Amino acid sequence: MRILSLAGRRLAASIPTLFLILIGVFLLLQLAPGDTVDALMAQMGGGDAATAQELRKFYGLDLSVPAQLGNYLWHLVRLDLGFSSIYGKPVATVILERLPPTILLMTASLSFAFFFGLVFGVIASRGVNRWPDTLISTLGLIFYATPSFWFGLMAIVVFSVYLQWLPPGGFEDIGNVQTGIWHVLDIAAHLVLPTLTLGLIFLAIYLRIMRASMLEVLNLDFVRTARAKGLDETHVITRHVLRNALLPMVTLIGLQAGTMLGGSVVVESVFSLPGLGRLAYESVVQRDLNTLLGIVFVSALLVIIVNFVVDLLYARLDPRIATEG
Amino acid sequence: MDLSRLEINRRTALLTSAAIAANVINPMRAFAQETPRKGGVFNVHYGAEQRQLNPSIQASTGVYIIGGKIQENLVDLDANGQPVGVLAESWEATPDGKTVTFKLRKGITWHDGKPFTSEDVAFTAMNMWKKILNYGSTLQLFLTSVDTPDPQTAIFRYERPMPLNLLLRALPDLGYVSAKHLYESGDIRQNPTNLAPVGTGPFKFVKYERGQYIIADRNPDYWRPNAPYLDRIVWKVITDRAAAAAQMEAGELHYSPFSGLTISDMARLGKDKRFIVSTKGNEGNARTNTIEFNFRRKELSDIRVRRAIAHAINVPFFIDNFLGDFAKLGTGPIPSTSTDFYPGPNTPQYPYDKAKAIALLDEAGFKASGGNRFALKLLPAPWGEDISLWSTFIQQSLGEVGIQVDIVRNDGGGFLKQVYDDHAFDLATGWHQYRNDPAVSTTVWYRSGQPKGAPWTNQWGWEDKTVDATIDNAATEVDPVKRKALYADFVKEVNTELPVWMPIEQIFVTVITAKARNHSNTPRWGSASWHDLWLSA
Repeated sequence: MRILSLAGRRLAASIPTLFLILIGVFLLLQLAPGDTVDALMAQMGGGDAATAQELRKFYGLDLSVPAQLGNYLWHLVRLDLGFSSIYGKPVATVILERLPPTILLMTASLSFAFFFGLVFGVIASRGVNRWPDTLISTLGLIFYATPSFWFGLMAIVVFSVYLQWLPPGGFEDIGNVQTGIWHVLDIAAHLVLPTLTLGLIFLAIYLRIMRASMLEVLNLDFVRTARAKGLDETHVITRHVLRNALLPMVTLIGLQAGTMLGGSVVVESVFSLPGLGRLAYESVVQRDLNTLLGIVFVSALLVIIVNFVVDLLYARLDPRIATEG
Repeated sequence: MDLSRLEINRRTALLTSAAIAANVINPMRAFAQETPRKGGVFNVHYGAEQRQLNPSIQASTGVYIIGGKIQENLVDLDANGQPVGVLAESWEATPDGKTVTFKLRKGITWHDGKPFTSEDVAFTAMNMWKKILNYGSTLQLFLTSVDTPDPQTAIFRYERPMPLNLLLRALPDLGYVSAKHLYESGDIRQNPTNLAPVGTGPFKFVKYERGQYIIADRNPDYWRPNAPYLDRIVWKVITDRAAAAAQMEAGELHYSPFSGLTISDMARLGKDKRFIVSTKGNEGNARTNTIEFNFRRKELSDIRVRRAIAHAINVPFFIDNFLGDFAKLGTGPIPSTSTDFYPGPNTPQYPYDKAKAIALLDEAGFKASGGNRFALKLLPAPWGEDISLWSTFIQQSLGEVGIQVDIVRNDGGGFLKQVYDDHAFDLATGWHQYRNDPAVSTTVWYRSGQPKGAPWTNQWGWEDKTVDATIDNAATEVDPVKRKALYADFVKEVNTELPVWMPIEQIFVTVITAKARNHSNTPRWGSASWHDLWLSA
């Protein structure tokens, strides 16, 4: 029951924000020169003025901006995301088709970054200022400083072109469509490189945070008490230090779930994955307002959900937060 | 030491190298002995997804590369660039040029089994080419009706004379036929068939996963005997050019059409024996790089300033250092690949001459004060990296003669809106696409009276009665010799007045696997039906 009321309160607080964001994006896109018909003309390589006028009517662009915005919001209230001009189908369908690859990529790389960030952070903090720490920190810096498109391309060159271990792109093998477990393995093979590419940058951040957080907690009084009462080092680290050091990491996950959606435009393009990032990019270039607003809406929902889960995790990790809330 | 043996070895070595040289010089000779192999999957790079796939309602390479294998046109171009019948078997025009009769091939069926007839041609011409198809609506403006006295005859009736050579050179691009029975009810633009095309072509549409791939399979009932050879074509959506090059190298792609890779990757793969990198097969898709002048700026309305700008830019230097073998010096709006209309290089030209540029600007009264004469806003189109490089080169070249250039970059929609609708530019640069006949998409760049907002048309605030008259006369001139002469006049006139300067000629570059046979054998091969394409083992 407590969870439900918390969820309710969260949702109520998010709805006005969501509407403000949508109106903001709508108005911002009006500032960009050209509309979806100009973008279509650019794609077709020409067209006469009469056709353009007819197309504007077809896409509902002959109305005034406030009328268009009013129309959009009125549809949204009835949970209708409208019609996509580039895809020629309802926005909800378009987004639903693109959601699975995005979520798969996002969870895979977040889990990868979280797990290895945690392990390397702990190892680095245990050997602080000695060679394991220096090695891990240097690697982390390299991962963080390298642009992800370059990482992706180099990964393709090494693992797909030269070694030919992994497919260079796409979501699944089109040539021979697999079934059952083989299909799952096929998709997994296609996702290895994108996951690593997207995950490495976040890994670098996580391991820095984990290392700093571990070092801070290690110096607290209760750690000395734990050691004084004769616990062995493994127990001290796992039971007392790690649990407390995890809080900043969990906070970061909540914040970065949103970034991951946006950050994947580059990775999706390099690996030709049909995800939300590329869809958003295409919608901006093609001035497909409905699709873009739909993506903003879905992304915002995802961020809200993730942050809600993070709140629940806080309470689990540190009971003090739950009682205060 | 056995000298005779050495001699033999040397001779064998010489013979072998001669044989290799012969193959390099004439690779077709090596292929001629191979027998076509049936089967295989051909993977194609698809860089920019379009909103639909039906070439009867959208004329663009992004549609032809897919729709052109599934649907067919009335005529196409053969290896020598001459019209050859596809769905049409023969054609003739009346001497007044107002009636053109097409005889259609017998026994052709749509992929859904229904017969193809003249009714389909009449429906497509009147409802798609005339009303929806870009450039088609201009070409068929004076088409009044299409009569169908029998299923194999379509008679096109025009209000004004339609030159037969214009129609036949435009129809390969603007003459794809759609099935009447699938389109007669409802809004054509919203018809679901546009995303799952049904045609008469060598390949049948199978599946379209948006953002991922499109598949088409061999049409076993295709009308040409023994064709097609391939079992399947897969178009893979890859938006990142560098990633597409990596996929070519990994063997996941066989073909990247229309300069789909970066200039450096195309040059690199050109040295790799596994690939053929060439402009061959794209002669029908020539384009020129432009500088478009806005006459609403008083400086640019002075012809001396426009000529000075042209003289200030070292075009051969730019081509040698940035575009390499993929471009050549242009001489005007009609490129040299257009054998039927190219007037030769003896029209007014503006070779690099910095001193002359400075003298012209001084003469026009725009003296340099503190090194600067005036500032101009340059809008480059976002279509290709050559345009981006070219705009920077313009900026630096004009800086040297005292014209400050500020580059304002936009995406596609933004560029078209700002240049062709808002006229918010001083200089603009992009591509002019030449479509085999100047009347299709070239003369609109110069003819006055274009409606505001129509992209790639005369929006410069420039009007010339002589040029307008030449354009109008050429468009309805039925005699091919006279037409060619009129277009030569046209090039002379616009190269003198210079409302738009077109100093670079480019042809798209094809990157294709060396295993492909019968490829690049027509001037618009990327758009062609690929009925004879096959892959060697």
